[in-house]
This record gives sequence, structure tokens and C-alpha cells, in this order.
Amino acid sequence: MTELHLMTVAELSAALHAGRVSSVELTRALLARIERHDRALNAFISVDAESALAEAAAADARRHAGDAGPLTGVPIAHKDIFCTRGQKTTCGSRMLANFVSPYDATVVERLRAAGVVTLGKTNMDEFAMGSSNETSFFGPVRNPWDGARVPGGSSGGSAAAVAARLVPAATGTDTGGSIRQPAALCGVTGIKPTYGRVSRFGMIAFASSLDQGGVLAISAEDAALLLGAMAGFDERDSTSVELPVPDYTATLEQPLKGLKIGMLREFFAGLDPAIEQLIRAALALLHAQGAVVREVSLPNLPLSVPTYYVVAPAECSSNLARYDGVRYGHRCEQPRDLTDLYERSRGEGFGAEVKRRIMIGTYVLSAGYYDAYYLKAQQVRALIAADFERAFHEVDVVIGPTTPTTAFSLGAKSADPVTMYLSDIYTIGANLAGLPAMSVPCGLLEELPVGLQIIGPHFSEQKLLNIAHRYQCESDWHLRVPRGFG
Amino acid sequence: MSITRSQIADIAHLARLALSEQEIPVYAESLSRVLGLVEQLQRADTAGVTPIAHPLPGQRQRLRPDEVTETDQHELYQRNAPQVQAGLYLVPRVIE
Amino acid sequence: MEWETVIGLEIHAQLATRSKIFSGSATAYGAPPNAQANLVDLAYPGVLPVLNAEAVRMAVKFGLAINARVARRSVFARKNYFYPDLPKGYQISQYELPIVSGGAVDILLEDGTSRRVGITRAHLEEDAGKSLHEGLAGLTAVDLNRAGTPLIEIVSEPHLRSAREAVAYMKKIHTLVRYLGICDGNMQEGSFRCDANVSVRVRGAEKFGTRTETKNLNSFRFVERAINYEIARQIEVLESGGKVLQETRLYDPDRGETRPMRSKEEANDYRYFPDPDLLPLEIDQPYIDTVAAGLPELPDQKALRLMNEYGLSAYDAGVLTASAELADYFEVAARDLGGRSAPHHAKLAANMVMGELSGLLNRDGVQISDSRVDPASLAGLLRRVVDNTISGTIAKDVLEGMWEEGRGADAVIEARGLTQITDESAIETAIEAVLAANPARLADYRAGKEKLFGFFIGEVMKATARKANPARLNELLKKKLGGG
Repeated sequence: MTELHLMTVAELSAALHAGRVSSVELTRALLARIERHDRALNAFISVDAESALAEAAAADARRHAGDAGPLTGVPIAHKDIFCTRGQKTTCGSRMLANFVSPYDATVVERLRAAGVVTLGKTNMDEFAMGSSNETSFFGPVRNPWDGARVPGGSSGGSAAAVAARLVPAATGTDTGGSIRQPAALCGVTGIKPTYGRVSRFGMIAFASSLDQGGVLAISAEDAALLLGAMAGFDERDSTSVELPVPDYTATLEQPLKGLKIGMLREFFAGLDPAIEQLIRAALALLHAQGAVVREVSLPNLPLSVPTYYVVAPAECSSNLARYDGVRYGHRCEQPRDLTDLYERSRGEGFGAEVKRRIMIGTYVLSAGYYDAYYLKAQQVRALIAADFERAFHEVDVVIGPTTPTTAFSLGAKSADPVTMYLSDIYTIGANLAGLPAMSVPCGLLEELPVGLQIIGPHFSEQKLLNIAHRYQCESDWHLRVPRGFG
Repeated sequence: MSITRSQIADIAHLARLALSEQEIPVYAESLSRVLGLVEQLQRADTAGVTPIAHPLPGQRQRLRPDEVTETDQHELYQRNAPQVQAGLYLVPRVIE
Repeated sequence: MEWETVIGLEIHAQLATRSKIFSGSATAYGAPPNAQANLVDLAYPGVLPVLNAEAVRMAVKFGLAINARVARRSVFARKNYFYPDLPKGYQISQYELPIVSGGAVDILLEDGTSRRVGITRAHLEEDAGKSLHEGLAGLTAVDLNRAGTPLIEIVSEPHLRSAREAVAYMKKIHTLVRYLGICDGNMQEGSFRCDANVSVRVRGAEKFGTRTETKNLNSFRFVERAINYEIARQIEVLESGGKVLQETRLYDPDRGETRPMRSKEEANDYRYFPDPDLLPLEIDQPYIDTVAAGLPELPDQKALRLMNEYGLSAYDAGVLTASAELADYFEVAARDLGGRSAPHHAKLAANMVMGELSGLLNRDGVQISDSRVDPASLAGLLRRVVDNTISGTIAKDVLEGMWEEGRGADAVIEARGLTQITDESAIETAIEAVLAANPARLADYRAGKEKLFGFFIGEVMKATARKANPARLNELLKKKLGGG
């Protein structure tokens, strides 16, 4: 048997089913691994060994009772943006450093119901605002491929934990690339589903019209298994979609013959030739399986980043107004008056990037600027969505790189926000249009992973997972493990 | 696009964020840069384009039945509160 | 200089739903602090709003009742500001696309004419919590039970020209929302309250003067006083050469004056934008038709019908239809009395309901629906007036007896011996005795002091313990005095 920590969720599921390993054994092994490696990585904000072992024991009991599903007893980690009942939920912020959630997010609740064991909560950029995991109040996460480099963000802890095989899979959220970008930089598989596919209830809001929960895993097959358990209509989220969830694993093996792939022209203009080469190699592999590749153009896509940096901060400035030091969260010492209570609690509780985005959002919504910024951005958002829609009349999916570069060094981009914001240049479009998108490992460049991005029409998760799986059947990039973590 | 220090102070107050004297010029500089990036939007021809606030077209608001589903949990919910008394949240005196 | 006042009201009516507009918490009044504030109401991280169907239905009902447009598509927006009773740091309201727009109601003015008051819009929004300032040194306590209670904010056009008109309009809306069953109208508990926008201008001027907004007026009396105070204050400012400041003011009922609100001194920039947690609210024609079919008879329709069916005056019909319960009470009593074919009988019932019965209800603080005399018993009482068993005057005493003792009219009349004297000889005997006892006045009367007729009537009434049939007495006394 392969070492436990190198096994995929599908393999662990089989091993648990066959009785080759118990959930308690598996949980112990992974807890020990986290203990050993996480000091260097800082991928976790909290690890609750006691509750993990209790859940594992319950999962084993369920299995004995003949009531186990495919995920029963499989340990994972949650991004610390998902509320977990009775446990600290910090969102990577000083504001919520001592916040204990009285309830479970829908995603957490559903995975618990499937028998999944929660090992801990992963580190993240503060309130999911960042592309490097450097904005976390709990310190940066290190990329397992190179400890001097960032894992990407904001789901950097989840990506690093999976890459280092501390957990077989983890949840994440993606507002402008926060699943796909760290998945690419850490060499793991990540999926951001269609907006509305996964409930946002209990997922701490950054930008409500863009946020979407998803999965970071070793393989597309694992992502399919977990997404199937998380997704679905939730009456507590008005933006949740009332559509049945298909069995994502059932269609993984479908042949790709006749699949129409669009190569996004805008994503290749000015792309690092070394990355371009890896993307083209991946396309060649898909072509070899019968897919047809042609070029498509989305002329408004280059405006994704400026559009996003109006819409997301506007929504965040309002979403984060509830952190006022009154009902929960950080409160300053000895407030002089109410204004002082608000200003210092928020000034102290939020880090620099969060404050910057709140201020941008406050500015673009304020009297006299609303039309020029917010309304304009919503119009450009409509143009970008229309570009995608037009492209999907011609092709089934569009493909390109996930990120413009491989993992960059810690501190390299933190001085200038605009440089940092541009690291999400390829991922933001899917959020603006609400489209499902994946990042799949497709090569290494100087021992650093590169991600292939696949974007499809609304509710085409099955197709994306199918393509990713077929690609992974013919490649092994997703099974590469960074040195020292094998 | 250039944001002045006094604009930063106004925005920070509107957003209820205490900034130190040192932070104000830093934010003035970085917000100016971000808004410079955002200026690119003016290049787009959006005449007649209907703005969208949600990414899924044609979705409409669902309604829930008018039912009371909650019970009194104020003790649990107030465990996270910095200052409470007799079930009430306390803040510095508000003068209406 | 002659001044003209321009007033517009923003009425906030709490919708009578069981649960809150965006959460499943109860809306009942008077619960222990924060017992009815759930995670959504408290704006915990990660929670989301889901719209209450009943709140929507109620808003549509209101829109139909004021002949307004019900929007096929309306949008919820966030109004952003910081305040301790506003947990999210924004209020979910409607801004650019409200659910109801462009309606009107007619109000009856004192001179008997009616005036149409336009309603610009009525939108759905959530109420805030309550801040308590008493008894805590240097602190304010926050109770969020009210946070998230559904409201419709009803915004009038600036069509009102006096405090009296503003009150008449507010009463009209108050009546309407209670007819519709969408608001309990309890002003003491804050279920129905308003903000008054007041300005003055030189009569004949085109432009409006600068207006002030006086917040949170929760009684008709306060509305009248606050507006009158504002009018006088603004005129004084202008006449002394000053300028009225556009500001938000607070009415202090103890001092009977308005003053600027400290908390609103800063210019607010609410940064409205569509709430991304909620989708556009779409309402189709079949839905509107269903709601329309379920509308009750509205006050104006009811008043017209009462005038047609019972021959009531516009004034009486207006008073009786101020509440559906009062009108229903009247109708049961009047019908029992055969009032539809006999306007005189209907008038008797109307007078008794609006006069003595309302007096007793007010005195004892009882709602008409809990009246200790039911409409059938009231009809029983009036039947005794109609058949001359008692006089209208005695009927008032009998009603009080019925109210106190919980017995029927006949039992009270019997027990108190109040049966009217209609026997002519008995009345004549009483008249003769009174005239004999007052020779000087009789002489005066005969000398032309005809006002003394009333004196003699009063004396005979006294002598008969007010039981003499008034019509018979009148007739006989006239005969006696005229005939020498």
C-alpha cells in the first residue's frame, strides 16, 4: 500500500471501504504529519486534534454500522473562512482572532454529514484579500516547493497543505482566483464552481457577487468527489441555484473526441514563453485525445482587473462594515466615544490590505463617483460576461494559463498593490462572469509548478472535471510532490 | 488619478478606520495607483450597456414562507461580545 | 408677509408578519433583550438574508390599495452608515427601484372638501434595533430584537399645507394599513411612526423653501405639535433675516419643541448600491391579481356604501369607517335595527356608536372588538327608543347600565324603572304642578320671555325623573302655555 499521506481521496475512500485503514489511524497519521511539517509551512491557523479524532471515531463507527458513504472517514481541512461550530474561525484577521463560530457553514455541514473529518482550519489572506497569503494576521504561508516563495492566495494555506500532502484535500474560496491561483502556484488541482453552485451561507463574505466556495485536491477525481458533497441548493442563500447536483464522478472518463477547445488569445499575448510552452504541450495532449483546438478572442477581458478592483472593494467595504467591535470581534481598549470605538477597533482589527480595499470601495461608491466607477464597472462586467457567452457559442471550454508567473518570492510584490493585483489577471474574468473554472498542474518550471486553466459555461463543472481527469490520466504533474514532503 | 491626503482622511472617516499620520500618505499613494488602474475602464464603450450586479442572468429572488424558525439563543450569541449587560450590548454613550 | 407651509411625510409602518423580513426570528413586541435576534439579525460573519414572502404580499396589498404601480422588478439596496442599532453597518432598503410607486389617497379637510395627496413611493426595508440611554452611566445599551422587522416606508408628495392636513393624511394611512391587515398601527410600540419634512415659503412662490426633517414622531398629537413648532420656528428665522438650515431634527415631547439631532450633524453619504446578497424581486400579473382578489373593502369604498345603504352623512361615514371594526359594529347594530330601509334608525345607531359607546370605550381603554355591549344588544337598546319605551336621553343612561352590569337593555330599564311616561294625563299633571309652583316665571313667559319654555321643560323632566316622553311633553306644554 502507498504511504497514507500520498494517497488521493479516491484511494483513501477505497482503503477505508476495504478496511485496510481506519479513519482514526488515518487521522492520527495526518495529524502527526501536520505537527512535523507545519511549523515550516504555516499552512494551518488552527488544528483541533481532539475533535478530529472524535469525528474519525464516529466515522469508523458509522462504517461499522454499514452507514458509510464514499467520503466517510476521509480527513480534510477547511479554509478558515468557513464557519465551524464551536471552533475558532478567524478569516486570517486580527479582527476575528478570538471569534468562535456558533454555527457551521453549509459547506461544513454537508461535508460533516458525508462523514468527512475536519483536521483543522487553513491559513489565508486576511478576509481573502490577497494573492500571496502574505496579508494573513497569522503570518505568511510558505510554498512547499520553495520555502522562500509564496503559495499564492488567498487560499494559500489550503493549497500548501495539499501540495505538502498534509491533507488529501481542502476547501477554498475564489473571489478573483483565490482557489485557482494558489492551486497553480502549489501544483494542485483546484475548482471554482459556477456562482450559486455552492452555498455561501457561513462562508465569510468578501465580495458577495463574486465569492464562490470550491475545492483544492490532488486530482480532478478527488475534486469531483468533494464538490459533489458540497454543492447544491441551500435555502439560506438567496443566490444559491435550485438545480440538482449531477454525479461529477460518473462522467470523468468520457472521451474527449470532438471537444471544442478555445485558446484564449488575450491570455497568450505577452505570456512568458516558458509557461506558454507548457500550456501548449497540455493542449497537444488534449488534442491527441480528439479535442479540437482553435483560437478565440474575448476583447473586453483585459479590463477584468480594473473592473474587479471596483466591484470587489465596493462590496467588501459594505460587507466588512459589520466588524464594529460591538457584537463580536476585536474591540479597542478604552474607547473615548462611539466614533473612537468604531475607528480604532476597525483600524486595529484590520490589516493594511483590507483597509486599502475598504477605502477603495468606500471611495467608488461615494456621492459623485458612483456612476463613473461602480456603474461603469458593472457595465464592463456585462461586456466581459457577454464576451464569454459569445465564445461559448463557438467552443465548449476556453483554456489558458492560470497565472502569468510561477510562485514569486515572499515580499516581491507586497510593496505595490497594483503589481500584486495583476497576478490574478487570468483568473478574475471567470468570477466576473460567474463561470466555473479549474486549475490543473501542467508542468514544472525551474522546479516550480505551472497551472493550466479551463473555463466553461455556467454549470459545466462535469465537463471541466472530465477534461481535467482525462488530462491527468495522460500526465502525472498532479502527482508530483515537492522535495521533502514525499 | 490622484487622491489627496485630506481625501484619504475623509474616506477613512466614512469607513470608520483610524489611520495614523504615517499611514495617510501611504494610502494616498497606493489608492492613487489603484484608481489609476481603474481608470482603464473609461476606455470601454459602454453606451447602452445594461449594468449587471449578479453574474447569473435571469435569476430572481426566492421568497421564504413567513415562519418563525428561531429560538432565543442570546447567551450563546453573546459569548463573542466584548461588553454585555443583562442581555444588552453596551457601547459608549450615543447622543441623539 | 404671508407664508405657506409645505409638508411631506415619510411614514414607517411595521408589517404584521410573524417573522422578520430576512430571517426566521419572531417579530413579537416586548421580548427580553436580544431574545429575538438571531445570527442574521446580529449580522454574524457569513450569514445571508432571505426575503419573507408575506412582507412582499403586504407591500403589494398596500400598493393596490392606493392605486399605485406595483413594480414588476424591484431591487434591494444597501444604505451604508454606522450606528450601534444597525448591526450590518448597512440597512437593506430599496432605492432606485421600489416595489410601489405613484399612488394617492384622498383626505377630508375641515371645510368639508377633499384633497388628493400623492404618494411618491412605498418601499420595503428592515427596521433597526433600539438604543437605550437610561440608567447606564456613560453607556448606551443595544437591543436588536427590532432589527430586521419588516417596514414599508411610505413617502408622500409635498402636498400637505398644514399640520392638521398632515395629521389627516397620517390618520388616513393609519386606517388603510389596519384595514389591509398589514400593520397593527400601534403607535406607542412604534409600529406606525413618521418623519415630517417641513418647509415654508412666501405664498405664491414657485420654489420650495429649505426643509427640515423631524424624525420619529410616534403619535398624531406629536406630529401636529412638532410641525406647528417647526412652521413657527422657520417663519421666525426667516422673518428675522436668517436662513433655515437643511437638517435632521428631533421632537422633544416634554418641551414641545424640535432640536437638531447631534448624531446626524455630519453630512451623510449613504453609498447606496444594489445588495449583492439579494436578487431582483420579480412580481408577475397573476400574483398581483391574486393579491387584488384578496383585498378587503377599503375605507373609502366602505364609507360610500354606508352613505348609500344607510343614508349616513359623509362626516358620519368617515368617522365610522376610521376603523373596520367600528364600521362593522355599526353595520351589525344598524342592520339589526332595520336601518337599511329606515335612515332615521341608522342615524340613531350611528350617533350612539360614535357618541356614548365610543365615550365608554375611550374611558375604559377598551377596543371596539372587546366592547362590553355587543352590537345586537345595542340594537336592542335602540329598539326601545324607536318604540318609545325610553327617550334618547334615557338611552344613554341605559347604555351605561348595560356596560357596567353586563345586562340587556330591557333588564336595565326594568330594574331602574326607566320606562318613559307617555300617558298624557300623567304628563299634564306634572306640567300643571310645575306651572303652579312658578307663577312669576309663567307671567314673564306670557309677557314675551319665550326662552323660559326650556326652563319649564327642564322642570317637568326633573319632576318625572326624565322619563316624560320629550315629544309628548313638548306638545302638551305648548298647548298649555298657548291655551292659557
